[in-house]
Amino acid sequence: MTPSDLPLWAAWTIVAVTLVGSVLALTGSIGLVMLKRFYERVHAPTLGATMGMALIVIASVMFWSMSEGRLALRDLLIGVFLTVTTPVTLILLARAAVYRDRAEGDDHIPPE
Amino acid sequence: MTASAVLYWGLGAAQAMLLLSMLLAAWRMMHGPRAQDRVLGLDTLYLNAMLMILVQGMRSGVGVYFEAALIIGMLGFTATVALAKFLMRGEVIE
Repeated sequence: MTPSDLPLWAAWTIVAVTLVGSVLALTGSIGLVMLKRFYERVHAPTLGATMGMALIVIASVMFWSMSEGRLALRDLLIGVFLTVTTPVTLILLARAAVYRDRAEGDDHIPPE
Repeated sequence: MTASAVLYWGLGAAQAMLLLSMLLAAWRMMHGPRAQDRVLGLDTLYLNAMLMILVQGMRSGVGVYFEAALIIGMLGFTATVALAKFLMRGEVIE
């Protein structure tokens, strides 16, 4: 079964889920540009990293399962991996930012 | 509309939005103002690039894009952790 043999309802469902996911990723990036301070900005990309990523991975699982005619769950690997790593990276980054701001005596840092 | 046309145009629109969000992340990466903002921009940039490659895999129907997306996800995690460590300590491996 090639992608062009997908039924029409499946194609519309896949496209709708992918579009919602990419709108969420775009919202996260707009927040990354528009928000004023680093400690606000660090929250914005998580929108794309959690929900946007999850929706696009789900759409990908649907697409490959339909077009290969069997359950193709390999794309969930990306979802599992990113779900585990995103909090770790952002906590490390926020800690580094707090450390740098404290070292410079910036008084806008969050309290202990 | 046929299913392949729906996939082609719909996923193309999704890719356009992901491209726009990559551009916004790249703007944040270039303008800073501080090093942690640049690292955060890079993190968002690689994440959106990974999503873009996943969508491209669906759009073209080629399975190899999955491996590329997986590798970008893993390398991006390592890069961001190393950069955060560098911001904290001034060196990556102590």
